[in-house]
Amino acid sequence: MAEDRGSSDLFKQIWLFFASVKLTVTVLLTLAATSIIGTLIPQNESPAAYVNAFGDFIYRIFYILDIFDMYHSWWFQFLLLLLATNVIVCSVERLSATWKIIFTENPKFNPNQFTGQKEKEKYVTGCSLEQTQKRYAPYISKLFNYNRIESLDDGYRILAEKGRWTRLGVYTVHLSVLLLLTGGLVGSFFGFEGFVNIPEGETVSSITLRNTGQKKPLDFSIRCEDFDVQFYDTGAPKEYRSSLTVIEGGKPILKKDIIVNDPLRYRGINVFQSSYGTLSPKEVTLSFKSQSTSMVYMKTAVKGNAVEIPENGGEFIFQDYRNSFDFRGHDLGEVFLGTLKSPDGSNANVILPKRFPEFDKMRKSRWLISVTDAEYRYYTGLQVTKDPSVWIVYAGFIIMILGCFITFFMSHQRIFIEVLEKGKHRAVLVSGTSDRNKLGMNKKIKTIAQELTRLGEV
Amino acid sequence: MTSSLILSIVTFIYGLSAFFYIFAWIFRNTATSRLATGTAFLAIFGNTMGIALRWMESYRLGIGHAPLSNLYESLIFFAWTIGVIYIFVERKHRNKIIGAFTMPLAFLTMAYASMSPNISDRIQPLIPALKSNWLIAHVMTCFVGYAGFAVAFGTSAMFLFKKKDSEAESTLISRFPAAATLDELTHQMVTFGFLFLSIGIITGAVWANSAWGRYWGWDPKETWSLITWFVYATLLHARLMRGWHGKRIAFLSIIGFLVVMFTYFGVNYLPGLHSYGSSG
Repeated sequence: MAEDRGSSDLFKQIWLFFASVKLTVTVLLTLAATSIIGTLIPQNESPAAYVNAFGDFIYRIFYILDIFDMYHSWWFQFLLLLLATNVIVCSVERLSATWKIIFTENPKFNPNQFTGQKEKEKYVTGCSLEQTQKRYAPYISKLFNYNRIESLDDGYRILAEKGRWTRLGVYTVHLSVLLLLTGGLVGSFFGFEGFVNIPEGETVSSITLRNTGQKKPLDFSIRCEDFDVQFYDTGAPKEYRSSLTVIEGGKPILKKDIIVNDPLRYRGINVFQSSYGTLSPKEVTLSFKSQSTSMVYMKTAVKGNAVEIPENGGEFIFQDYRNSFDFRGHDLGEVFLGTLKSPDGSNANVILPKRFPEFDKMRKSRWLISVTDAEYRYYTGLQVTKDPSVWIVYAGFIIMILGCFITFFMSHQRIFIEVLEKGKHRAVLVSGTSDRNKLGMNKKIKTIAQELTRLGEV
Repeated sequence: MTSSLILSIVTFIYGLSAFFYIFAWIFRNTATSRLATGTAFLAIFGNTMGIALRWMESYRLGIGHAPLSNLYESLIFFAWTIGVIYIFVERKHRNKIIGAFTMPLAFLTMAYASMSPNISDRIQPLIPALKSNWLIAHVMTCFVGYAGFAVAFGTSAMFLFKKKDSEAESTLISRFPAAATLDELTHQMVTFGFLFLSIGIITGAVWANSAWGRYWGWDPKETWSLITWFVYATLLHARLMRGWHGKRIAFLSIIGFLVVMFTYFGVNYLPGLHSYGSSG
């Protein structure tokens, strides 16, 4: 028996620990403070980058503490769990009391609570008890949806209240927090976040997951028909647009142009415009200018294949394309690299920057080669996600807004009016309470008292 | 007349209004206090006109978007909300000394927008990520929330001065509203700010989900807005506990506002997706 009581005491202690507002304050402040870490230390970068930045020793400590993915770390999740438990226990602990207040047929008004209020209004009137009651009661019933009159030996009381249910506001806010946490948890189990790059004209049926880097096959394929980027005159991007086709069972099912802020949604999977890039061109149009005859010849070179140069000039092979190219410390930008094979058997490496057509002059050879045009292809970078729990989260959002509004801007207001015989006059006391916005309630009591005074004039 | 010119003049008017409020408080001059309210109205009117004109100008330039897309525009709107909320508080509580503590915030915000060399007042077209109907809802609600916290910061500072001078030695401080009123006002402004901050974060999350495919990504701006939310949530809960009235609440409200300021300005120095709020 003694042991039993011991364990129930322990349970009670644990319960009280989780029911305390002190715990709430501690957890909230700890969450706030620790959240800063992840904004100062970039998350989910490569280990090499971290070792470079912090050194081996600190890197290992941070690694153990999951600092590099801290919002998903065991200790951060633990804090969130603590918050959730705290919210649940607090709500259960207090809800039954609130429930009794809200769902009662006959709300209790404790006279001492009202007569003891600091801010109350008192006045006397010459009207009789019956007259005042006839005038006061309808006025009060207009303002408060619950009201009753209690007779006393030497007078009566009007007791009224409204907004009892607004006491539930705070519980709805707490419910919304739980919904958000649940949504996040469910999403992390049943959802995914990945990306895929699709060159124009090509089709993919799998994506790469963001957190693990693993491939994930989709139940359908996506083809990128076309990608287009537009710029403003200032050079800032104006629009990224991918024309996508969803293909299932070999048949095109759905076509949609997606832009940023307007994704494609199909079978619970969302496809977002996220980035783009250019693929290295497979073809380039080159101009060959003969330094001896000044003749210019245009030729299209396909990557890896040789092009015959007129005037018995040998052949040129387009070897490679680079986005940027460092030449003696200068970035030449986009370059095409090739080999010029002269008829005499000598080979020369040629660098052809797209931006500088005269660059090849440096070689001082018989031919000045430059790039006239290149066949670019874009690839579109898509973010592909699935989160079946997003509706839980959205429900949480709506409930949170409603709950905050109820909690902060509505209140349970009670009013207490006592009219007593006092010699030739009737003494009136107006008092009230509110669970929130006491200043506002005090003002309201003043206005009600003023109005009652006016109504009570003979 | 361009919107930039109007807004520069408005900056000056806000400064004048702040000066009048402080002057009226120190010298207990009723005429000046009336002047202060008058100039405050003028400043808010000019501020409204400036925003409206800027909106029209952007359409004339063929860009056409609400003036809420970069740091300059957000600062202008921030000043406007501070001004409007303050005027409401002044009307409701019939006390003008609070103006001496909040109008300077509106002035400083405008001055920073107009004079900082790093902030361009050019009307720029929207980059793809910002082309969304959520832009207006998100930015507006966030800044209404921030402005609520700004006013709470002012009343908290006043509360602390008032408490420090409980003997009422300083005649300047004795003219403040009662400590209980300031405490209640702080609480009201924080709840107001908290509601709008919550809506701001929520609209941002919904927007992020439609633009990037996730409602929450722990990007620094998101995280800092959540930190702000945690701090004010702490304040609201702390108020339920005994002994957490008054001073501690005032301190938390001041810390909260510093976090707001960091969320607004400091985060731009951290890497992340919200970079379009940084300058330009």
